[in-house]
Amino acid sequence: MKNGLIYAILGLGVFFTAALSLSMGAMKIPVQDVLLILAKKVWLFKNTAVDEQFDTVLTIVRMPRVIMGLLVGAALGISGAAIQGIFRNPLAEPGLIGISSGASLFAVLIIAAETALLAGLSNLLGYYLLAFGSFAGAGIATLVVYQISRNDGRPNVATMLLAGIAVNALAGALTGLVTYMANDQQLRNITFWLLGSLGGATWQIILCLIPFVIIPLVLLPTMAKTLNAFALGETQAQQLGLPVGRVKRWVVILSTMAVGASVAVSGIISFVGLLVPHMVRLIFGVDNRRVLPASALMGALILTLADMIARKVVAPVELPIGVITALLGTPVFLYILIKDKKKITR
Amino acid sequence: MLTVENVTYKAGKHTLVKDISFMVHPGEVMVILGANGAGKSSLMRLLSAEKKPSVGSITLSGKVLNSYTAKELALKRAILNQQNIINLDFLAMDIVQMGRYPHYSNKPAAHDLDIITEVMAITGTTHMADRSFLWLSGGEQQRVHLARVLAQIWDTPEALLLLDEPVSGMDILYQQQTLSLAAMLAKKGFMVVAILHDINLAAQYADNIMMLKNGRKWYHGSPAEILNTKSIYDVFEAEADVFTNPNTLKQLIMPKVMIHQAQTTV
Repeated sequence: MKNGLIYAILGLGVFFTAALSLSMGAMKIPVQDVLLILAKKVWLFKNTAVDEQFDTVLTIVRMPRVIMGLLVGAALGISGAAIQGIFRNPLAEPGLIGISSGASLFAVLIIAAETALLAGLSNLLGYYLLAFGSFAGAGIATLVVYQISRNDGRPNVATMLLAGIAVNALAGALTGLVTYMANDQQLRNITFWLLGSLGGATWQIILCLIPFVIIPLVLLPTMAKTLNAFALGETQAQQLGLPVGRVKRWVVILSTMAVGASVAVSGIISFVGLLVPHMVRLIFGVDNRRVLPASALMGALILTLADMIARKVVAPVELPIGVITALLGTPVFLYILIKDKKKITR
Repeated sequence: MLTVENVTYKAGKHTLVKDISFMVHPGEVMVILGANGAGKSSLMRLLSAEKKPSVGSITLSGKVLNSYTAKELALKRAILNQQNIINLDFLAMDIVQMGRYPHYSNKPAAHDLDIITEVMAITGTTHMADRSFLWLSGGEQQRVHLARVLAQIWDTPEALLLLDEPVSGMDILYQQQTLSLAAMLAKKGFMVVAILHDINLAAQYADNIMMLKNGRKWYHGSPAEILNTKSIYDVFEAEADVFTNPNTLKQLIMPKVMIHQAQTTV
């Protein structure tokens, strides 16, 4: 299949899922009104009248949530694909190898410190601090797992997963410790955040999230060729004259940046980073020149869908989106394990 | 031309390669023989520029090996390793295409695609092109890697091809095919340096053989000059008879039966 066609199909899928998601909720807004209001935002159909109430609900409540879902989904999808590339293994998932828990530990620390020192996280600066903190936590966790799991230039899968368990356990224990020592106000903030959902989305948060997601989205696909060659082994990729060290460094920086910021704004949404690249490879093949951009689109699509399910199933209450992705993702993870156990656990 | 001058390589306290010098000319197949731990692989890492010599110098086409950038070097030399484990579901064709990565930035040119077709034909991998690499047999996978390595340097004159135990664990047909291909490439003007374990294969295909022991060069010369009972005993500490194959006039090595100590003392 031609790349252009793949991106067009996925892009349309993302757009219509987003429109559908925008129309859903306590106040039902017909999809054609959603499209019309969106069109008016980009200066089309200026003279057509739209329901003002619809416009307000869309602009203030639903659009931030859907856009955040798109950004977080794209971030998790592309990071999952890139991290799997440097680990040379389709099981390397940000949640599984400790990246998300590293991010969440730092986020909790910052929330606790913020509540103690400043008056909550209500301002943009606070969100940036949270995003940078989570980025640092994610980065440290990735580096620790990567260095431990490397054996003779190749990451060893068993060691990688065990190191992931250790990092998860340590980060979990420390997160627990911070939670235990927190006062009422801190606890309230931490719990609200730990539950993890797209529910807290505001335009301010999106403003903070955008650079953390857009920069990796633009830069990661430029490393696709080297990531392909990683499949041969680091030494072999080096023998092909490719900038192995540089790409490894940048993949860690960029994907932890995207995952860290996503965790900071939405909590841990597990299995998207695993599920999405796997689906993409199944449908479009394993060439990273295709897998990276397609994973970003597919991630945005899946997360928007999951958010819709989370809101729909027990409406008017909503389920945490992490619950939905874990429910959908775990069977897929097990399926990959069973189907490919011979070839991916070496 | 590949020139190795007084090269010594130390890793920590251990000296793995001691004061080795030799030359490989375009058109030549040189085989490195030696017991396990003799320093063959270390020497290969030096030749591939993965490691730097502690003392001495290696020059390729008149330029010091370590002064090449990784990219320049990728255009001049290729390495076939013993074993490559791949976990992602690439097609055989994708793997061969990786060999051309140093030659194009984003999309392969028509010239690159031609070379890919040509090397796949020559290595007998054309029919595997659209098959998943993961589902090929060990021998087929190794052939695909050979195609990849050839694609990398196919259009480079006097390129250096390093083969690190390329046929270990492979069946006899693949061994013959791979090494005759190596010999043919040498005729084309390549320099081929191979580590082999099978002395008979070395005798058949090598223009020159270098025998290593304890990191030192013990013998270096044509198979006829250096392959004999004494040299084999010196290097491998194994007794063997050496004959001449009446059909090819090449050396035939037959290890002697060892009567185990335990049996003689009973």
